Amino acid sequence: MSTTGYIVLSWVATFAIGGGYALSIVLRGRKLSRAVPPERRRWM
Amino acid sequence: MIRDAALVAAKDLRLELRARVGMGQVLPFAVLVLLLFAFALDPDRGVLERATPGLFWVGVLFSSVLVLQRSFGVEAEDGILDALRLSGMAPAAIFLGKVAALVVQLAVLEVVLGVGVVVFYDAQPAHAPLLLSVAATATLGIAAAGSVYGALSARLRSRDTLLPMLLLPLLAPVLISATRGFEVGLEGHAGGGWSWVALLGVFATLYLALGAFLFRPLLEDA
Amino acid sequence: MSTPPNRSGHAPPVASGPESTSSTGTRVLGAAALVGLALSVVYGLFVSPPDAQLGETIRMIYTHVPTVSVAYVAFVVTAVSSAMYLWKRTEFWDLLGASSAEIGVVFFVLTILNGALWGKTTWGVFWRWEPRLTTSAVLLLMYIGYLAVRAVPADTRVRATRCAIVGLVAVVNIPIVHKAVDWWRGLHQGRTVLGTIDPEMGGNQLVAMYLSLATGLVVFVWMLLHRFRVAYLVERAADAGLEEALAERRAERGTPSVEVAP
Repeated sequence: MSTTGYIVLSWVATFAIGGGYALSIVLRGRKLSRAVPPERRRWM
Repeated sequence: MIRDAALVAAKDLRLELRARVGMGQVLPFAVLVLLLFAFALDPDRGVLERATPGLFWVGVLFSSVLVLQRSFGVEAEDGILDALRLSGMAPAAIFLGKVAALVVQLAVLEVVLGVGVVVFYDAQPAHAPLLLSVAATATLGIAAAGSVYGALSARLRSRDTLLPMLLLPLLAPVLISATRGFEVGLEGHAGGGWSWVALLGVFATLYLALGAFLFRPLLEDA
Repeated sequence: MSTPPNRSGHAPPVASGPESTSSTGTRVLGAAALVGLALSVVYGLFVSPPDAQLGETIRMIYTHVPTVSVAYVAFVVTAVSSAMYLWKRTEFWDLLGASSAEIGVVFFVLTILNGALWGKTTWGVFWRWEPRLTTSAVLLLMYIGYLAVRAVPADTRVRATRCAIVGLVAVVNIPIVHKAVDWWRGLHQGRTVLGTIDPEMGGNQLVAMYLSLATGLVVFVWMLLHRFRVAYLVERAADAGLEEALAERRAERGTPSVEVAP
């Protein structure tokens, strides 16, 4: 793979893994919010 | 407090002498590791001689994990940790006692491994003071850090896999430093060897202090 | 938990709460992060010039440095949270420490990935035992240990104590690992261009660098807020499950159910 290829791969992988992780947190948050009674959903 | 620590250390060593797991199992295991390295690395190609410092300390690390598991495994099973906690002894004293007992056991281990590498790998110790200093500080560090994680994992059923997983990355700088120190000590030119002793000393001091400080929450909650 | 109908015969509106872990704060941060990410891509990949020494591969530094910086910040947060937990024993510190550790692990994985890809283009191999990569590997393993301890089912306080101890023990080791690895690997390679990932930068390169770094930190805070709230919800869900089980048990025995205080 050329240098450009690796550069692109590096940025794409970073965004994909970071973004995927971010998405998993948000989705998990939505699912759990439904399971918990409304008054207790936030720490503050 | 020193007296309490000595009491704990004496108890541990007495238990060990009676059980003879150290002598019966861990020491043969350590020698076995040396043999395995020789099988893997082909004695004729000179790799063994050059790698001797590293192989020695890897052997020490693997064997130390066994010693630690033994040392804290017995505690958990017989409820000794709970008894110690309720005894009113300062947790820091209990910690130091355990560290002292471990240092003794690890020292025996290292002597055996040392004889092993001299015999099997034709190691030639050139700079004894350096070698001893490296070994002393490294052993202290391994015992201190090992006691913290040993106590933490004592009541876990997955102790056998969790302890090495926690401890070995933590001991990476000890392995690096001790190996480099031994390289200098075995080759004969003192040079940079003492900086490694200093770093090992820092590690040991930090984990002795941290362990003494953390042993109360460890005993009470972990 | 149903509410009785009021006098008009209709059920009063159910108390509402947030439907997700988002809030005004996270939305603002999220928007800022997205802008930052877009700008970083523009500056990092297009506007900033190739480096005199590193050529185009400097563009990979723009992802590598932010991820490693965030990872370190995350572990410092975990360390502080661990110490605070052992002092105050409140759930807040336990959840904060664990959330931050998980994010730190993710970012260290990204750091090593980017480092390996950079290495492939520069050195021709995916790995070299150079100081930053080697240190990252050791640190990553230590904090995976933290997550492993976290995963062991245990009483809340026991688990929190164990994790706090690991958090403190691990953070104390960071400078020692650095020193040992630097002395060890630094000797063998010296400060040559190919030896370490530490270029000199100027002009638009610095803009790209600081932009990516700032964006990374904003992303970290955004993730931390969400992840903390998720951790909090996990605990509350466990509480709710426990209360339901207790209530069922009492109902079976015929005693009037009592509100369990949270």
